[in-house]
Amino acid sequence: MTTSRREFLKIAGASALTLITFPVFPVGAKENVRIPGQDFTSAKPLTARRWAMAIDTSKCSKDCTDCIVACHAIHNVPDFGNPKDEVKWIWQEPFAAVFPDNQHAYSGQAIQKMRLPVLCNHCANPSCVRVCPTQATFKRPDGIVMMDYHRCIGCRLCMAGCPYGARSMNFHDPRPFIAKINPDFPTRTKGVVEKCNFCQERLAKGLLPACVLACKEKALVFGDLEDPLSDIRSLLKERFNLRRKAHLGTRPQIYYIV
Amino acid sequence: MLEKALRGSRGYWTWIIFLLAVVLIGFSFYLRQLDDGLGITGMSRDVSWGLYIAQFTFLVGVAASAVMLIMPYYLHDYKAFGKITVLGEFLAVSAVIMCILFIFVDLGQPSRVMNVILYPSPGSILFWDMVVLSGYLLINIVTGWVILSCDQKEIPPPAWVKPLIYLSIPWAISIHTVTAFIYAGLPGRTFWLTAIMAPRFLASAFASGPALLILFCLIMKKCTGFDAGRSAIQTLARIAAYALAASIFFVMVELFTVFYSGIPEHEEPFRYLFAGLDGHNNLVVWMWASAALAAGALAALIYPRARQNEAILAVACVAVFISLWIEKGLGLVVTGFIPSPLVAVTEYFPTGPEIAITLGIWAGGLLILTMLYQIFLAVRLEKQGQ
Ligand code: SF4
Ligand code: SF4
Repeated sequence: MTTSRREFLKIAGASALTLITFPVFPVGAKENVRIPGQDFTSAKPLTARRWAMAIDTSKCSKDCTDCIVACHAIHNVPDFGNPKDEVKWIWQEPFAAVFPDNQHAYSGQAIQKMRLPVLCNHCANPSCVRVCPTQATFKRPDGIVMMDYHRCIGCRLCMAGCPYGARSMNFHDPRPFIAKINPDFPTRTKGVVEKCNFCQERLAKGLLPACVLACKEKALVFGDLEDPLSDIRSLLKERFNLRRKAHLGTRPQIYYIV
Repeated sequence: MLEKALRGSRGYWTWIIFLLAVVLIGFSFYLRQLDDGLGITGMSRDVSWGLYIAQFTFLVGVAASAVMLIMPYYLHDYKAFGKITVLGEFLAVSAVIMCILFIFVDLGQPSRVMNVILYPSPGSILFWDMVVLSGYLLINIVTGWVILSCDQKEIPPPAWVKPLIYLSIPWAISIHTVTAFIYAGLPGRTFWLTAIMAPRFLASAFASGPALLILFCLIMKKCTGFDAGRSAIQTLARIAAYALAASIFFVMVELFTVFYSGIPEHEEPFRYLFAGLDGHNNLVVWMWASAALAAGALAALIYPRARQNEAILAVACVAVFISLWIEKGLGLVVTGFIPSPLVAVTEYFPTGPEIAITLGIWAGGLLILTMLYQIFLAVRLEKQGQ
């Protein structure tokens, strides 16, 4: 098979885009930007020593899909229209699927009917990074687990390695299946794996993650875990919270406040 | 010596052309897969590996089993195997080539395969698997070829081959151990997360490989007049019997831990395999067939009277091969994904194109094997004739 010139240019353009966004890595950035309000934006890149997210499940309503729609539109996530080939970065699952160990027949209707957002946990000890044979999946110093779509060979070892089902494979060329292409974010090719990137491209521009801003209930709280004064820290201190499959030692960084 | 593969009977050529046709059909479907993506297979978001990776896993075992000829001959001076060690090495060569092809067709971006070498990742087991598999391929091509050509010239093999042959013994163990580690080190996949995985892989490999070699020897005896010798075949049969017994034992050990401990995450994949889960029971019939075949084959192989009858032996070897192929080439990989991390049960059905590509690679492997064995036979029969 030959890669057409057009395709090559697309890839080259996308690579250039990654190159532009990469130098703003918060590597070695000493100053920790706190995020006082969720509508906080600045031209300065948002940096942290460890990004994390808390989800206030009591605020999250089961019929709302605002965060999902916002994320998938911004990141050019394709809709193949069938569960087999499905690509998703953030989506909802019933409580019993998210916390299989914490469900039993006697929990109340509220818990049984609950649907929670799930996404990549940006694990501090990510098994997906460990198993990847090309370092196409890697962890940044600020904790974001990222993908290099130009290096991924599509072996899907990371999909087997992720204990959360957070990763999707492009089983077809995704481009014809994107409702409206966002020119500010690269589209992917067929045959590569993708997942949530904690909106690193937005953080670099001083913007909070799209899902966080999209949530009218402010159920998603994003911030720096290493900053004792951050909102997320005080939330985790005050409210009881769970992490998915914490016993596996992956050290997931999405905290569910229940 | 290579030219010997181009001289053969009518039957030989019919077989070669048949295999070539299957290869070509597979290849044409692979071109389609390249164009459309892996979506033309039955693999899904939940069951993200299927037939390809399963064949790879099974064939690593076949490749490793060459050591069951090498070890007795070179370490224990078991003379009866002297005539056929090269058969084991050539089997390893064709099996490793099939393994590499199965990994290759499974890649979503095959044109980037060199990234594994350009960005070596020693933390990834797949990286090490590539290292040990290519090393093993090289060792077996070199040793098999040198020994056979020295045989032809009736000179002793050069001194440097011996260390290489000794090296091939632990190396064979390593290829299957590393392959088991691909599975056994993943935190969320409880079906694979067991230390018995590598021993189980080795035991089943040392049963299926020798069973296959016995079948090849019996076929050659019938069709070409090359006789591996009764004692060689019988010893191979005993090796297959012991290995099969060990393999069954390891499965039982695993079943005990899983069901006596009663941990649901560990039970569910096994329930899916042998009884079905949430109404999904795709593999149940297969797995029980595999169990029955293994039990029957074990009975035939350990009972000397049965084993010594070559017709019964042949049937038993076919049973061993099919049973272990079902276990590893069908059940092992898919079940690791069931239930999914979000406790969904998604069944996997290989598609037509996927099966065609799989058959194409098997045919390609058999093609290489047939030609290598043809060379082997030409050399051996020449000497027998003299
Ligand atoms: S959730 Fe899965 S994909 Fe995300 S970092 Fe953890 S292991 Fe990797
Ligand atoms: S599919 Fe891509 S990201 Fe995942 S392990 Fe393979 S090369 Fe790495």
